[in-house]
Amino acid sequence: MSDKPTLLDVQDLHVSFGDKEVVRGVSLRLARGEKLALVGESGSGKTITALSLLKLVPQGRVTGRALLTGPQGAPRDLLQLSEHALRGVRGKDVAVIFQEPMTALNPLFTIGDQIAEVIELHQATSRAEAWTRAVALLETTGIPEPARRAASYPHQLSGGQRQRAMIAMALACQPQLLLADEPTTALDVTVRTQILDLLAQLQRSHGMAVLMITHDLHMVRRFADRVAVMENGVLVEQGPVAEVFANPSHPYTRKLLDSRPVRDVVEAAPGQVLPQLVEAQAVQVSYPVPQPGIKGWFKSGRFVAVKSAQFKIEQGRTLAVIGESGSGKSTLALASLGLQPFEGTLRVSGQAWRFNAKADKPLRRVVQVVFQDPFSSLSPRMTVAELVAEGLAIHQPGLSEAQRQNKVIDTLRDVGLSEAQFPNLLGRYPHEFSGGQRQRLALARALVVEPQVLVLDEPTSALDVTIQKQILTLLQRLQRERGLSYLLITHDVEVVAAMAHDVLVMKDGDIVEQGPVDQVMRAPRHAYTKALLASSMFDTAPQA
Amino acid sequence: MSQMTPLPSVVKSPSPARRAWQRFKQHRLGFGSLVLFVLLVVLSLGAELISNDKPLVARYEGHWFFPIVQDVPETRFGGDFESATDFLDPFIVRQFDKPGNFAIYPPNRSHHRTINYFAKAPNPAAPSADNWLGTDDRGRDVFARLLYGFRVSILFGLALTLTGVLLGVLTGALQGFYGGRTDLIAQRLIEIWSSMPELYLLIIFSAVLAPSTWLLLVLLSLFGWIGLSDYVRAEFLRNRQLDYVRAARALGLSNWQIIWRHILPNSLTPVVTFLPFRMSAAILALTSLDFLGLGVPPDTPSLGEMLSQGKNNLDAWWISLSTFAVLVVTLLLLTFMGDALRDALDPRKESQP
Repeated sequence: MSDKPTLLDVQDLHVSFGDKEVVRGVSLRLARGEKLALVGESGSGKTITALSLLKLVPQGRVTGRALLTGPQGAPRDLLQLSEHALRGVRGKDVAVIFQEPMTALNPLFTIGDQIAEVIELHQATSRAEAWTRAVALLETTGIPEPARRAASYPHQLSGGQRQRAMIAMALACQPQLLLADEPTTALDVTVRTQILDLLAQLQRSHGMAVLMITHDLHMVRRFADRVAVMENGVLVEQGPVAEVFANPSHPYTRKLLDSRPVRDVVEAAPGQVLPQLVEAQAVQVSYPVPQPGIKGWFKSGRFVAVKSAQFKIEQGRTLAVIGESGSGKSTLALASLGLQPFEGTLRVSGQAWRFNAKADKPLRRVVQVVFQDPFSSLSPRMTVAELVAEGLAIHQPGLSEAQRQNKVIDTLRDVGLSEAQFPNLLGRYPHEFSGGQRQRLALARALVVEPQVLVLDEPTSALDVTIQKQILTLLQRLQRERGLSYLLITHDVEVVAAMAHDVLVMKDGDIVEQGPVDQVMRAPRHAYTKALLASSMFDTAPQA
Repeated sequence: MSQMTPLPSVVKSPSPARRAWQRFKQHRLGFGSLVLFVLLVVLSLGAELISNDKPLVARYEGHWFFPIVQDVPETRFGGDFESATDFLDPFIVRQFDKPGNFAIYPPNRSHHRTINYFAKAPNPAAPSADNWLGTDDRGRDVFARLLYGFRVSILFGLALTLTGVLLGVLTGALQGFYGGRTDLIAQRLIEIWSSMPELYLLIIFSAVLAPSTWLLLVLLSLFGWIGLSDYVRAEFLRNRQLDYVRAARALGLSNWQIIWRHILPNSLTPVVTFLPFRMSAAILALTSLDFLGLGVPPDTPSLGEMLSQGKNNLDAWWISLSTFAVLVVTLLLLTFMGDALRDALDPRKESQP
């Protein structure tokens, strides 16, 4: 623990919604200028803990004490302050940065306006002066051309720039404490490290304390002095980062630290020739986009999402496609599924997509897909039995009712869902399952028709780290047992390291690098690959 | 679809629709409104048994008669004419008072077209024991006319809602699902269609063709689906690009199967929420047209025609007041139901058990 004076002292904080208690007795101390990371999975109560300090949880009932020591002497209990007094604290003494900068900024005002407003509100300066200060603040956050950017609307900025603008707004009144709620989760990996470094640098120059809420352990290791781990509303462990990471005392902390995916796949033997299931040559996907001006009335431009992609997937192997959002990797997945028209040739087990429902039907059975968001990939109004059996009705219409049901039950068992765990499994609806379980359902739905190729579009990125590891382990087992080939779309270098045999790196529709996973990970040739690896694998220390 | 039905051994969890129904039942005002509304509709469907100028059962000189379903000539009861019996004629009433004869009348002894020739006061007559809510300016019983008028309004509203939903869901679904050029062209056509002056068309048609309830239904149906089709189109546009639709496509489902099994059930929330409001709008439209004299043929019992009579006979307060009360109660019940339905289908409450 640091010997600096205490800034925030939270004692026995409880937050409940109705009769459901989501934060149960959290006690935290934060010294001046300290960086504390609050870590936990979704639903652990970490965000509620931080937001309840400023009474920003509307329906929650908050008890306990949160003593904030102001610059002039006596500590004040934030939870006892009136709404009026709290308004003076928010933004001035304690500032907040949210996860999604697009929704946290008002789309109708320029970012300069929004920053100047905070300055005007708390420091009673003139508009012109506030604007000058806003531009200066934007400059400290490293936005290029701050004077011009200040007059931009949020939608005109990139995600990283928006988050920089949010940070500038938070710093406007030189707060003593910054609550950062997953400040980098919505950003691309290469931008994440930049924002994190910016926060660290500003923290040092402003001498403020930062309470960072995150689920990303890399971020904790890179950024924080101390870490506090939450599970189910309870603070299970806290201490200096190095200590906790090297020597976790609570089993949950150990489980979190142990959640890095492990490579456990059948490696390619040198000289072995495997049948090629997917062969793509010069695959190009483009969309019509409206052209500006009067020209757009008569013809539309074209946006090329994927530029002449060439790859192959062998049986029982995984090809990982890695890239940031907008790189065209998901479009490539849709093209491989025959859901997106493209130019060039793409053969699946020797047959090309013809974009004709009847002609493509045999192929549909060979290639199946699992999407990223387990909450939107299952129709909420169908039962498990209906969902999983749907593909059978199309591809194996000859099965009897009993055969079909057996097949559904077998497949569900194969992905780790059984009647023993979930009574009345077949009659349940998707909303009765958690994210990881839904992803297993989606997997069962795809596997029931016995495909040879599975397109996995960010299959784990919406899941918590411990669940992510379980799903990846399941995918590895299924590949071994069924000899499946995977086309794995991801932005996560760790997932690639654990799963892939071959890698394809995409940027702005171009494939900038491709090759065996070892070669690409160990000796990246393209500058972009290097940046990607550097920003995601900044800690390559052995697992705890 | 038969292959999709669950096997007998599978017990279904409460489906989303079922859970919405549970939430609706917990909404006391809305659920109470539904119960009362259904009761009123059932009563009005049996209006002939409640308010009629013919006895339900009659016994005359050892013979049984069911005048409510059969026409009996007056001569059977000792009258002078071969025409159907007027059971309210004091002579006929006296005949049934003779020993051995009797007639069981409905609670209110007036059909909606019955004219009380024997009223003690000039028309419109104030409420009395004979005419509970008085008579209108032609001597017809106000209670009977309200009861039958309510039935016409409800049935008309249901029919108009039904045609509106069918047309609106169909056009909205096709536009939303196919999108692109289909959507663009259909939207423009709808814009042209909806810019036609509905009221003028009604006036012209009711001048050219013989006015009838069916004609009115067809004319109003031609325009009643547009609002709903916009909602359905928006839902389809949103749902068709969700992952579960892509996954269904990747499984090889046909367009029709995707629309019917995946998108449609998930797009009906605004339709269902809209229903009670759509129905009250339909009732109100019929009432307004009748009030203006552009609606149903003159003989049909109608709330709008009653309102118009009330306006013409301001001192006969029983006409306007009772019609007003029926309209307010009907529309209020529908609105309460709509509110409860909206709450029950609120996606934010979907996650709660």
